[in-house]
Amino acid sequence: MIYMEDMVITEQAQIANEIFRIKLSGHSIPKNARAGQFVHLQVPGHLLRRPISVCSIDRKKRVISLVYRISGKGTVKISRLPEGATVNVLGPLGNGFPIFDMEPGQKALLVGGGIGVPPLYELARQLRKRGIDVTTILGFKTKHEVFYEREFSRIGSTFVTTDDGSFGEKGLVTDFIKIRNFPFDRLYACGPEPMLRALNEMFPGKNLYFSLEERMACGIGACYACVKRTGTGVVKVCTDGPVFHSGGIRL
Amino acid sequence: MNRLAVSLPGLDLKNPVMPASGCFGFGREFARLYDLNQLGAIIIKATTLEPRIGNPTPRVAETPGGMLNAIGLQNPGLDKVLTEELPWLEQFSVPIIANIAGSTLEEYVEVARRISTAPNVHALEVNISCPNVKEGGVAFGSVPATARKVTEHVKMVSKVPVYVKLSPNVTDITEIARAVEAGGADGLSLINTITGMTIDLATGKPLLGNRTGGLSGPAIKPIAIRMVYEVSQVVSIPIIGVGGIQSAEDVLEFIYAGASAVAVGTANFTDPFICPKIINDLEPLLDEYGIDRLEDCIGRSWK
Ligand SMILES: Cc1cc2nc3c(=O)[nH]c(=O)nc-3n(C[C@H](O)[C@H](O)[C@H](O)COP(=O)(O)OP(=O)(O)OC[C@H]3O[C@@H](n4cnc5c(N)ncnc54)[C@H](O)[C@@H]3O)c2cc1C
Ligand SMILES: Cc1cc2nc3c(=O)[nH]c(=O)nc-3n(C[C@H](O)[C@H](O)[C@H](O)COP(=O)(O)O)c2cc1C
Ligand code: FES
Repeated sequence: MIYMEDMVITEQAQIANEIFRIKLSGHSIPKNARAGQFVHLQVPGHLLRRPISVCSIDRKKRVISLVYRISGKGTVKISRLPEGATVNVLGPLGNGFPIFDMEPGQKALLVGGGIGVPPLYELARQLRKRGIDVTTILGFKTKHEVFYEREFSRIGSTFVTTDDGSFGEKGLVTDFIKIRNFPFDRLYACGPEPMLRALNEMFPGKNLYFSLEERMACGIGACYACVKRTGTGVVKVCTDGPVFHSGGIRL
Repeated sequence: MNRLAVSLPGLDLKNPVMPASGCFGFGREFARLYDLNQLGAIIIKATTLEPRIGNPTPRVAETPGGMLNAIGLQNPGLDKVLTEELPWLEQFSVPIIANIAGSTLEEYVEVARRISTAPNVHALEVNISCPNVKEGGVAFGSVPATARKVTEHVKMVSKVPVYVKLSPNVTDITEIARAVEAGGADGLSLINTITGMTIDLATGKPLLGNRTGGLSGPAIKPIAIRMVYEVSQVVSIPIIGVGGIQSAEDVLEFIYAGASAVAVGTANFTDPFICPKIINDLEPLLDEYGIDRLEDCIGRSWK
């Protein structure tokens, strides 16, 4: 089910350079959201909603948290909404990460680049709960953009790379993965497309799941705005994704 | 007495509000949100003879008071629409208006001939106004003689009344409207989107994959109102008014301008529940203005 509800902002905090976390308290959306799904936020004065991934879910308290980067007019406006204000939210949307077909003891490698990191957090928590061994590699530009390194560390071994070496390992996440050669049964990734392409080339035929972005209008599959090419046709990121098996899409 | 009922060729509507083509798919997504039986009618996504995969992304961009889209008529093709989408829609007792498009006159005719036989298709909306495809679309809608010819040929084969959807990207829309009426159209839809462009400052290049796109949303409402006002005075066939509708007030404005019914497009993206909301707001609005029946208000602005 998809719900539309006015959710109350219970926290609005800057957690890194241009990165904010917002916690939204509601009812049906927190109750039904799964890792990898997204919500469509209405920004006052704007016609199109903004898609943002669910970063963590607290079912008991009926709260979801989102982590977002200031990248234009809409996200600036969201960041200025005070605690106690309401936001109109449509969700949960999309298919989420496949989790239940993993067996306890199997190894998952999570790879996040920049603002692709947030959806991996709830995923890491859920995998851990099922007894899956989680290793996370997070890539950022500089130390000023690093976030959630500590949160992921509590779940499993976590490595951070920065482009300039100001935090963790210097270089790209993909270079680091090549050097360290982490074993995994399944890899989940979210981040810039060049990163996803590099992973795809590095592990041909392996079990890779990518969360993708595309500009959206409806967010529910009705307008054909958010498509990606496959070998044979097109798929919609909002309903067929945002999570895709790497074999299903042309990057 | 149903104060919201309106009657147009092929369409006895319990209320004048229908989702606009391309903003509602084939209804499946919205049926998960609310009961589609509330709607006056449903206009489905443009259907072409063969499946189309559409334009490169990005396909949408937000602009002040509006949005640009260049979907490029992506649709599953006539066969699938006939065997899957329309039969699925039969569970609702809502008339369907089939929006049809093509690259050639023959394609329009073939789609019209076959889709008009579907039991729940009560009317066709001939899209000669899509600005986002290289061939066909608006090319058929900007020259009066061509627009007339498409209308005549579609009329010859269609089993149901034919509405022609006009483009605002013309010097004189009344000229096209007259030509289409002379071609035998039973009604008109106006307006489709207005061609526009936005440039990405990060790259210095047009943002949309197709470079240009069609502008829709509240930004185009005054243009649509003006065009409905002008066209309704020179033709005697009814008009479905489209462009920037977001509220019951906007509906009344279109009816005053000369529309007999309306279609709501972009507003479905802002609020997917907008159509039932507008429908629920209409009666109180009639009360507020002391109006008995909506149908009495058609064209009041110039009558
Ligand atoms: C499924 C999905 C999940 C996402 N999850 C997150 C997240 O967890 N955190 C986060 O910071 N960002 C996320 N994004 C990207 C986020 O949607 C955009 O950064 C945001 O919409 C930008 O809005 P704006 O008004 O600030 O920017 P503007 O550039 O002013 O936006 C103009 C228009 O373009 C759209 N747009 C611009 N950039 C993007 C983009 N990268 N992807 C999709 N639409 C875009 C906007 O939605 C808006 O309609 C996600 C995108 C998708 C599709
Ligand atoms: C994403 C999108 C897709 C559209 N697709 C179609 C289409 O397939 N056929 C058509 O006749 N009009 C199409 N339109 C135009 C709308 O039906 C409508 O005429 C236009 O958007 C103006 O109304 P609005 O301002 O309420 O959106 C589309 C519009 C949008 C925004
Ligand atoms: S955003 Fe409309 S189909 Fe995906």
